[in-house]
Amino acid sequence: MSSVVVPTSAALGRPFLFDAESEVEECLLAAEPKKPARHASSSESVIASVSQSKIGHRQSAIPLTPASHLAVRPAPEMVTSGIAELDALTGGLPRGCLTEIYGTGSSGHTSVMLAAMAAATRRGEYCSLIDASDTLDPQSVAVSGTDLDRLLWVRCHDDAPRKSQIVEKSSARIPTARELGFPSSALDFEKKKARESEHRLEQVLRVADLLLESGGFGLIVLDLADLPPQAARRIPLTTWFRFRRAVEHKPTMLLVLEQQPLAGSCSSLVLRLQPNSQFSALGTQYSVLSSNRNFNATSSDSPASHTQLLTGLEINVEMVRSRLERKPAQSVMFETQAAWAG
Amino acid sequence: MPFACIYIPNFPVAAALRAEPELQASAVAIFEGKPPLEKIIAVNEKAGALGIAPGMSKAQGELCSELALRQRSPLQEASAHAALLDCAQSFSPCVEDSACDTVLLDLAGMESLLGSIPEIARAIFERAATFGLRANIATALNPDAALLAARGFSGVTVIPSGKEAEHLGPLLVSVLFAEQLDADEKEAAGNLLETLERWGIRNLRAMAALPAIALSERLGQRGLYLQQLARGGTLRTLVPVEVPLIFEEAVELEQPVVLLEPLAFLLNRLLEQVCARLASRALATQELCLTLELSNLTGIDDDYENIGIPSESDGSSNTNEKLDAPLLSAFARSGKFLSNAEEKSFYPHRQNKFVRKLSLPLPMLDAKVFLKLLQLDLNAHPPGAPIMKIHLSAEPARPRSAQGGLFLPPAPEPEKLELTLARIAGIVGENRVGALELLDTHHPEGFRMRRFVAEVARKIPQKQTPDASEAQAAITALRRYRPPLGVKVFLENGQPSRLNCPRKKEVQGEVLWKAGPWRSSGDWWERDAWSHDEWDLAVRNGEAISFYRLVHDLLGGGWFIEGTYD
Repeated sequence: MSSVVVPTSAALGRPFLFDAESEVEECLLAAEPKKPARHASSSESVIASVSQSKIGHRQSAIPLTPASHLAVRPAPEMVTSGIAELDALTGGLPRGCLTEIYGTGSSGHTSVMLAAMAAATRRGEYCSLIDASDTLDPQSVAVSGTDLDRLLWVRCHDDAPRKSQIVEKSSARIPTARELGFPSSALDFEKKKARESEHRLEQVLRVADLLLESGGFGLIVLDLADLPPQAARRIPLTTWFRFRRAVEHKPTMLLVLEQQPLAGSCSSLVLRLQPNSQFSALGTQYSVLSSNRNFNATSSDSPASHTQLLTGLEINVEMVRSRLERKPAQSVMFETQAAWAG
Repeated sequence: MPFACIYIPNFPVAAALRAEPELQASAVAIFEGKPPLEKIIAVNEKAGALGIAPGMSKAQGELCSELALRQRSPLQEASAHAALLDCAQSFSPCVEDSACDTVLLDLAGMESLLGSIPEIARAIFERAATFGLRANIATALNPDAALLAARGFSGVTVIPSGKEAEHLGPLLVSVLFAEQLDADEKEAAGNLLETLERWGIRNLRAMAALPAIALSERLGQRGLYLQQLARGGTLRTLVPVEVPLIFEEAVELEQPVVLLEPLAFLLNRLLEQVCARLASRALATQELCLTLELSNLTGIDDDYENIGIPSESDGSSNTNEKLDAPLLSAFARSGKFLSNAEEKSFYPHRQNKFVRKLSLPLPMLDAKVFLKLLQLDLNAHPPGAPIMKIHLSAEPARPRSAQGGLFLPPAPEPEKLELTLARIAGIVGENRVGALELLDTHHPEGFRMRRFVAEVARKIPQKQTPDASEAQAAITALRRYRPPLGVKVFLENGQPSRLNCPRKKEVQGEVLWKAGPWRSSGDWWERDAWSHDEWDLAVRNGEAISFYRLVHDLLGGGWFIEGTYD
């Protein structure tokens, strides 16, 4: 039985098939089988020629595109975050992507959020803030320069809205704690807190889905910074993936504030914030921005509190991961200014 | 000058079918009157084929199982008449309201806008169909000829100029009189028709052929006028009516509606009608008012003290001595629930009204969006009782106009946004979604939530275009705790030195640095006066240092963490 061997470019020692069209054509020409020998049976030669013609036809029917001609995914548009140092580090915030900003308390992520919202409203865009813990300070928002008419504030909370009193559409109803075997007096504080966090998280995810589907917002912020990390970690990765797909190819920036990174590989930019405070284990040597700049003192000669004024914080920003540009991890520092600092 | 006439045959039936289109294929009869003397006043063709005729009693009609009996509804007839006027107004500004089932339009000058007369007539017919009305349309050079043709011919009729007598000839003399007449006019018309019948005059051709002098001697000027009508030779101008901008639809229900799904189905129908009428007048709406009349089958009546109808489960047979109507006491003794119809007739004052107003941020005209908004609203605020009647009205407004642009910043679509906000309000509560508005006060929580409206996107002026060099300094933001966290504060020389918050473990530790106190107070003339001292603290908790705003309530005496500087 005769067989046909179609030599590949690798076997021929040529560059790979997807490199250039001309090389592809050479491979195809080289792959043309030789004519069958005279002594082969007529049927075998017919089979060989038919199979070869089929292979040749199949090869010519496949559209071949060299790798160098494949379209490159366009880089997302970067817009200013409102903080020059942050823009210098990351190039700004990317549109159509998920950006995570994480840090512990007093790490400055709320300040970064307000700066981003102010920059977005200055551009004439609409922003929405899904506040999981209802912690937004209206005075801070106003001072940051955010246009309040362009900010949609969604305040999640523990009290569930009143249910419909029209005769229920279905027979399903939520069982009471007693029916579930939880005596009402047995719920301790931690369990109650966990349930409250879950309830808030459910509200956040549902509202986020609605806003992402609605569209038209330049910036959507999910403020999960005050949710316990163990509650926030319960958000499945599929949800983050869905959020990322929802903003892809749209001019919307999705910004998530949290205590720990949650979205995994779904986020295009991950920033870590921490306060730039230094202290010594032996004393209370520390550095904060105060009315006495670069004030360092020990506890023994701390000045009177009524002469002190908090003028701002120093924040360290580290770019943990960026899918936008392959750069080594870097960090910058920027200062925030209190509203009364002038 | 061409004129058109829109005529709705069998108007009471048409009004009922407009509210219940599913009955189009059924035999329908309309009755009115006080029980037990209700009489059938109008029937459709299918009912007529079953042998049902006007004048029969309701009881006779009930013997026919295939017959759908409906009580005459002035509300539905008013809605149908308003729809008829809106339909006419959308084709001509000069509209005469001849009768509840007839309107006349002046089509002078409309040909250059709307096409030829036959095209206009066809368009009127189709527009009336979208309003749920099966109308007869006729056009002629004088309004009376158009009116007679609409009464006599079904569908669309176009009478060429000069051919009025020829086209009207075959029509019966009964078309000379309107269908909906009051009692006196009906009697006079009946007498005249009887006279003409005795003379052998059955159609308008014969009427037109009568000698004028002899006719005037026997029937007077009225007879001459009728002859002129039969010849199609009358000339008059229309008496135009100012069509009011009232867009209301209503439906009365035979059975009370309890569930949301059938209610949504009825609301959808009403909304489509209202939107179609608004669209025909090139208007939109910015406010919808939904009024539901509820039935209250149990409970204490406000007017009658100690009245209660025992329920079926209540075996009590106590009668109330204060009951006056013997029938009422009989029902109370039997412990029987009243049916809805009995309830209505015995306790008409008991029906409650449930009103919901839907205010829209911008003028809109989308029935689906309105339906969804009403559904979400009713889910959040249910009526709480079965619904007997639905009344929907829309406040007309000029439609919004927006100039689009290629380089405008993204903005949410108003209709989509309104739906999204309604859904979000259903999740988090009504007062917890919206825009911020700062109040003129120094109170820490001096703000309120107001409605979020996305204005039409506008181009930002050049000087406002952001530039990297224009990035402003970040503000030190405060994250507020709502409610503020109660803390235990250890004082040294009257100043906080250590914190311990039982509710939040992270908020505790040694105070490394403090600024304050800053005294703040206000509203001392109100009940909710406030006065507190504020401290800004740097607190060490293990390796971390956090910055808090500590508040000492001078009126209540407690210490609270108001927020975190972040």
